Amino acid sequence: MNSAEFLLWVRGPGLNIALAIFLIGMLIRLLEIFMLGRKQNLAELRANGVSAGLRTIFSRSTPADKNSMRHSMFTFIAGYGFHIGLFVVIFLLTPHIQLIQSLLGFGWPALPTPVVDLFTVIALISLMALLWRRLTHPVVRYLSTPQDYLVWAATFVPLLTGYMSYHHLWFPYSWLLGMHILSVEFLLIIFPFTKLTHAFTLFISRWYTGMMAGEKGVAS
Amino acid sequence: MSNNKPLGQALREQGVSRRGFLKFCATTASLMALPPSMVPAIAKALESARRPSVIWLSFQECTGCTESLTRSHAPTLEGLIFDNISLDYHHTLQAASGEAAEAAREAAMEENKGKYLLVVDGSIPLGNPGYSTIAGISNLEMLEEVAEHAAAIIAVGTCAAYGGLPHANPNPTGAVSVEEIIKDKPIVNVPGCPPIPVVITGVLAHFLTFGKLPELDHLGRPLSFYGNNIHDRCYRRPFYDKGLFANTFDDEGAKKGWCLYKLGCKGPVTYNACATIKWNDGTSFPIEAGHGCLGCSEPNFWDMGGFYNALSESTMDLSKSAAVGIAAGAAAGAASGLLNRRKKSQAAAAHETVTVKDLTREEPS
Repeated sequence: MNSAEFLLWVRGPGLNIALAIFLIGMLIRLLEIFMLGRKQNLAELRANGVSAGLRTIFSRSTPADKNSMRHSMFTFIAGYGFHIGLFVVIFLLTPHIQLIQSLLGFGWPALPTPVVDLFTVIALISLMALLWRRLTHPVVRYLSTPQDYLVWAATFVPLLTGYMSYHHLWFPYSWLLGMHILSVEFLLIIFPFTKLTHAFTLFISRWYTGMMAGEKGVAS
Repeated sequence: MSNNKPLGQALREQGVSRRGFLKFCATTASLMALPPSMVPAIAKALESARRPSVIWLSFQECTGCTESLTRSHAPTLEGLIFDNISLDYHHTLQAASGEAAEAAREAAMEENKGKYLLVVDGSIPLGNPGYSTIAGISNLEMLEEVAEHAAAIIAVGTCAAYGGLPHANPNPTGAVSVEEIIKDKPIVNVPGCPPIPVVITGVLAHFLTFGKLPELDHLGRPLSFYGNNIHDRCYRRPFYDKGLFANTFDDEGAKKGWCLYKLGCKGPVTYNACATIKWNDGTSFPIEAGHGCLGCSEPNFWDMGGFYNALSESTMDLSKSAAVGIAAGAAAGAASGLLNRRKKSQAAAAHETVTVKDLTREEPS
C-alpha cells in the first residue's frame, strides 16, 4: 500500500466506518442516560429550573473559587490550556471546517493557520504536562487506570500528527496526513466507549445539577 | 538514427549555440539541486555523450506525455536533447511502421544489450492481454521482453508510474504500473499528466553525466524535481495561512487570486515542480491560471474524491453511513434503555418489604 492508497482509504471507507461506530456508540450512551428516568418530584417547585440549568452549563466552566484555583494552579492552567487549544484546533481550522461543512451543510469563519498552530502547541504542551503530572503525582498515579493512558494517547496523537503534517516533519506529507486522519478515526471509534464521552455528558450532568438546585431554590 | 554523433555536435548542427547549451546545463544543475561547480561536469558529459539508445514503449496512454515532451512550445533545448537521444523505437514518432518498426526495436535491443534505456508511457493491462497490443504482442509481454536487457527504466507519466487514468476506479482493464511488473531493474518514475518536459531531460542529463539514476523519493520519483510540495511553493500560500479563500470560481476571492483549497486544490498532497519550474517556458501553471491542482503526479489522483472537493472532505458520501449510524444507534440505544427500564421495574416488583420479624439477632456466643 503506498501513501496515496492509504490516504484514499482513510478519507473514504475508514472515515465511514469510524463515523458510523461513533454515532451508534454515542446514541446508545445518550439514550441509555435519557431513558433512565428520574423519580417524580412531589415537592412544590421553588423556582423554574431551566434558567439555573442553562446557567450552570456555563458557570461550571469558570473556576469555582480562588482558593481551589490557587490550590491546583497546575491542573487549572494545563487543563484550560489543553481544552481551549483542542477546541480551537478542531473547530477553527479551515480544513476541519470544510469537512464539517461537507457533512452538515454549513460552516463558519476560520482562524489564520499560524494562530491555530499556536493553539496546537499550547494543547500539546498542556497534554504532556498533564501526563507528566499523572506519572509523578503519587495519588493521581494510583488512581489512573489503563484507560486514562489510552485516552491520553488517542487525543495526543491526532494533535501531534496534525502538527507534523502542517510543518512537514520527518515523513512525506501524504503519510502524515493519512496518519492524522487515521488517528482521528481511532479517537472517534473509542470515543463512545471511554471517558471521552464526557465531552457530551458533562453538559447533561451540569444541566441536571443546575436544574435540580434551581427547582429547590438553592445555588448550584 | 545513427548512434555515432556526440550530443554536443548534434546540438550544434541544429543551431544551438555553446552559450545556449551551457545555459541549459546550468539550469539543469540548479533544478537538480547540484552545486554550480557541477555545471562544467554536466556540460562535458553531455557534450561528449554518445547518445544512449532509447526504446520508448507506449502502452495504455493518450500520447499526451509524448506531446508534452515534443511539442510543448517552440523548439527548446529540452526538445532538441529529447530529439537527439537515439530513439530507436517510438511508434508515434518513428517513420517506420509495422514489421519494420518491430525489427528496429529488436535490432536496438540486440546491439545495445544491457545498455539501452527503456522509456515507458502508459499503463499495462493485466485483465485481458487483448485490451492493448502492439503488432500483435501484448503490452505485458513486450515490457518484460524489452526490460530484461535494459540498463534502466524511466516510467514517464502517471499511467506508467502509478497506473494513472486507466487504473482509476473501477479499473476495467486491470491496469498496473511498470514497477508492479518489473522488480529487478532500476526504475525512475516521472509522473505527471503530463510530466514537465524539463524533468525528463533532467533525468536523462543526470544519467548521461553520472552514469546512474538520480536519488528517488518514497514513490520512486527524482527528489530533485519532486522534492517540493506544490502547496509549500505556491505563490497563493500566504492566502491559505491568512484564511483567505476563493469559494467559487467567480467570486471576489477568485478575482483577487486567493487560495483555491476550498475549491478542491490538491496542492498540499502533491509533489511536483509546477510551482517552481512552471509550464510553457516558465509562463504559468494551473494554480496561476486560476484552477486548483489536480495532484496529477500522485498515485490514484483520479480517485482522490473529486477534483472540486476540498482535500479534507471525505472521498465517499458520508451521509449514508451517518444515516445508518443514527438509525442503528437510536434503535440499539432505545432497546438498551427499555431493557434497563424493565430491569428496574422487575427489581421494583421483586422488592420485598423487610419487617422486624425478618430481622434476627445473632447472640454473641
